Amino acid sequence: MRFLTDRKRAEGRGAAGSGTAHHWHMQISAFGLALVVPAFLYVFGSSLGKTHAEVLDIFSRPFPAVVTALVLVVGMIHFRKGAQTMIEDYSDGITRKVLIMSVAAFSYALIATGLFALAKIAL
Amino acid sequence: MVQLTLPKNSKMRTGKTWPKPEGAKNLRKFSIYRWTPDDGENPRVDTYFIDLDDCGPMVLDALIKIKDEIDPTLTFRRSCREGICGSCAMNIDGINTLACIYGMDEVKGDIRVYPLPHMPVVRDLIPDLTHFYAQHASIMPWLETKTNRPAKEWKQSIEDRKKLDGLYECVMCASCSAACPSYWWNSDRYLGPAALLHAYRWIIDSRDEATGERLDDLEDPFKLYRCHTIMNCAKTCPKGLNPAKAIAEIKRMMVDRMV
Repeated sequence: MRFLTDRKRAEGRGAAGSGTAHHWHMQISAFGLALVVPAFLYVFGSSLGKTHAEVLDIFSRPFPAVVTALVLVVGMIHFRKGAQTMIEDYSDGITRKVLIMSVAAFSYALIATGLFALAKIAL
Repeated sequence: MVQLTLPKNSKMRTGKTWPKPEGAKNLRKFSIYRWTPDDGENPRVDTYFIDLDDCGPMVLDALIKIKDEIDPTLTFRRSCREGICGSCAMNIDGINTLACIYGMDEVKGDIRVYPLPHMPVVRDLIPDLTHFYAQHASIMPWLETKTNRPAKEWKQSIEDRKKLDGLYECVMCASCSAACPSYWWNSDRYLGPAALLHAYRWIIDSRDEATGERLDDLEDPFKLYRCHTIMNCAKTCPKGLNPAKAIAEIKRMMVDRMV
């Protein structure tokens, strides 16, 4: 048991001096996704039911490839930041730190893998 | 941190059922949370019956009647009986509200009365608000000025005064904070809707000269940004205020000074 005053407990270690940047970047990526996701759904929808060769042809065109890349990059960055918020909500201590690092690694790995696959199709 | 099940010593058991008043025809059943630190027992839910023909219309009237006439050990806070002091905040039929302005006719079926959720209980319906008040104190709920005090008074235009409407009315009953899941999980670091509503009240006060410092103090992923606009605070506020809007305004001011 620690003998801390109520005010000391409430103040904790003070303000971290960050948080707004995270909040603003989430808004930016949400806005970006609102623009590119409909375009991606159109591209993806138009490729449904087509043969393998036709799908490869669609994603080798500039517009579908760029839209898909944007959805992948912006979407995963948005996911990383959103998942971090969720992790901060529901975990603490070393678990929190490990989970945040893991989700960041997962997101960047998915971006890299997706871009590699897309480049292989498009180029 | 999130805790999805009650601790072992907080699990509730069935309590005592008190006898019905003799000759009463218009009965209402009350299930009330009881716990005392004195006996080392788990909390229980006692059952009481109130004759509505011989009782005031509010839930607090019934609680006072129970304490006066049936069970004097029932413990709860109350003072003004008109929604001004915020003392009698409790969870009635699943809603955090003030017992003094919550009518029994607003509840269908039996009336379940519990203390504010996710707060340490002092006894029966009394939550420990020590941390809640300390968080309120931490946002400096007073006018901060740097200019020399004017000879007469700090002037404020009618338009600037109007900006405080919907904020100054908060009675610090803690209903909103105790209804906020983010506050449940992270109340050690998240200030909660009530303290943030008060923070905003002083941030937008035209006479206050510590706006920057106040925003600096809230620039934190936990103090402010645990609010995910769940809106339970606005839904439950017995005074009809909207803490979520105040928090959104603080976030907007934070972004405005950054971008």
